[in-house]
Amino acid sequence: MIPVCHLDDLPAGESVRIDTAPPIAVFNADGEIYAIDDTCTHQDASLADGWLEGCLVECPLHAASFDLRTGMPTCLPARRAVRTHSVTVENGMIYVHHAAEEGNAA
Amino acid sequence: MRTVTVVGASLAGLYAARALRSQGFDGRLVIVGDECHRPYDRPPLSKDFLRGTTGQDGLALADAEEVAELDAEWLLGTRAAALDAGGRSVTLENGRSLATDGVVIATGATPRRLPGPELAGVHTLRSLDDAQALRDDLAGGPVRVVVIGGGFIGAEVASSCAALGHDVTVVEAAPLPLLPQLGEEMAGVCAKLHGDHGVTLVTGTGVAALRGESGGRVTGVELADGRVLPADTVVVGIGVRPNTDWLAGSGLPLDDGVVCDAGCVTALPHVVAVGDVARVDGSRTEHWTSATEQAATAVHNLLAGETLLAHRTVPYFWSDQYGVRIQFAGRRLPTDTVRVLDGSPEDRSFLATYERDGRTTAVLALNRPRPFMKARRELMRSAQPVAS
Repeated sequence: MIPVCHLDDLPAGESVRIDTAPPIAVFNADGEIYAIDDTCTHQDASLADGWLEGCLVECPLHAASFDLRTGMPTCLPARRAVRTHSVTVENGMIYVHHAAEEGNAA
Repeated sequence: MRTVTVVGASLAGLYAARALRSQGFDGRLVIVGDECHRPYDRPPLSKDFLRGTTGQDGLALADAEEVAELDAEWLLGTRAAALDAGGRSVTLENGRSLATDGVVIATGATPRRLPGPELAGVHTLRSLDDAQALRDDLAGGPVRVVVIGGGFIGAEVASSCAALGHDVTVVEAAPLPLLPQLGEEMAGVCAKLHGDHGVTLVTGTGVAALRGESGGRVTGVELADGRVLPADTVVVGIGVRPNTDWLAGSGLPLDDGVVCDAGCVTALPHVVAVGDVARVDGSRTEHWTSATEQAATAVHNLLAGETLLAHRTVPYFWSDQYGVRIQFAGRRLPTDTVRVLDGSPEDRSFLATYERDGRTTAVLALNRPRPFMKARRELMRSAQPVAS
């Protein structure tokens, strides 16, 4: 379980990257918190820097788009999903549960 | 339309093939490519591939599953030699003739070379084979590399070579690299990246000749001002020429590219052009994003048999060099004023806008991907209602 930040510090529409290996991007999509692998499956770009619209994030480099709920690409050029990680909020603090470490597959 | 032939098997050609299938074309799809490789991504060639952090497998644009889904006949390692005057038949260099109902021209461009005899150790960088040859040439340990041309390819190659430990000099004929793209002030900022990372930048002088015995290896670069730069390896990045020679007998209008309307349609309604080879509505762009965006428009019009859609977009390109991501979007004129909004050029991290009459015409960012994306979005939104 990885502490991310206080919920108050991640307002709706914002994102933050945590420097795990590989890095994870955490988003506040209109009040719902999602975590996915940060690196676009198409090419080296940080999805935390992407454009958030609803539950979709668009890669800042090539406009590949991913669904935060499933990690699935919704359009080219990406064809492979990014991993999703489950998120909990406890006492106002956001925690990411790393998918590989905790075995809850994406 | 029963058969469509896509001539060119790189980014634009692949995206056209994808668009054909996604827009419901279920006929025979033939893809002709002069390289023997399946479509691969070229931008990493001057960066991760050259540095050895990505291999050939990491470049593939389509996996086996997608290749199967496209259900195309791939004619790779064979060059198209001619398009007949009616645009109904493509002749390959091996003499084979392909009858076709529709044609997508996606033949890309070829790097310009310097005149003079062929010398070993002199490279251009466009294809995977080019990049492999350069990588092999640099594998023996630190050497003196001279990069001719300070544009994006030149700067990225210089950056990769410096990261590999080579002694690198970039020669740029103009007073600054990227001057037409970025304007004097911002071109000046980007030019400093070379010096920041120990690369020598020589500007304002062209190249007179390459030194070296005919049939032997290059030994140096003689500049127009008389100086000679010793060199073990030379990379020439002085722009490209669109691959239109094979269309000479087609009757299609050619003018530094295949002349198309705003919908990527040529003088023949069943022949469209996309990517680096296409001059769309008067301008030819050599950007990754244009190649991908044009394909959907071109295919829509090809299948309709007339220009129903126009390709309207805000040009966008990026470059990764010396650990800095440079991103640019928009159309700037030399008279536009530039303003730094966020960050600072001294830190090599900022967002700047170009303005004309109070309107933003273009945005530039160094290592500011998030604000850049917002600014690019705003630019796209504000560009929408403007009729061209």
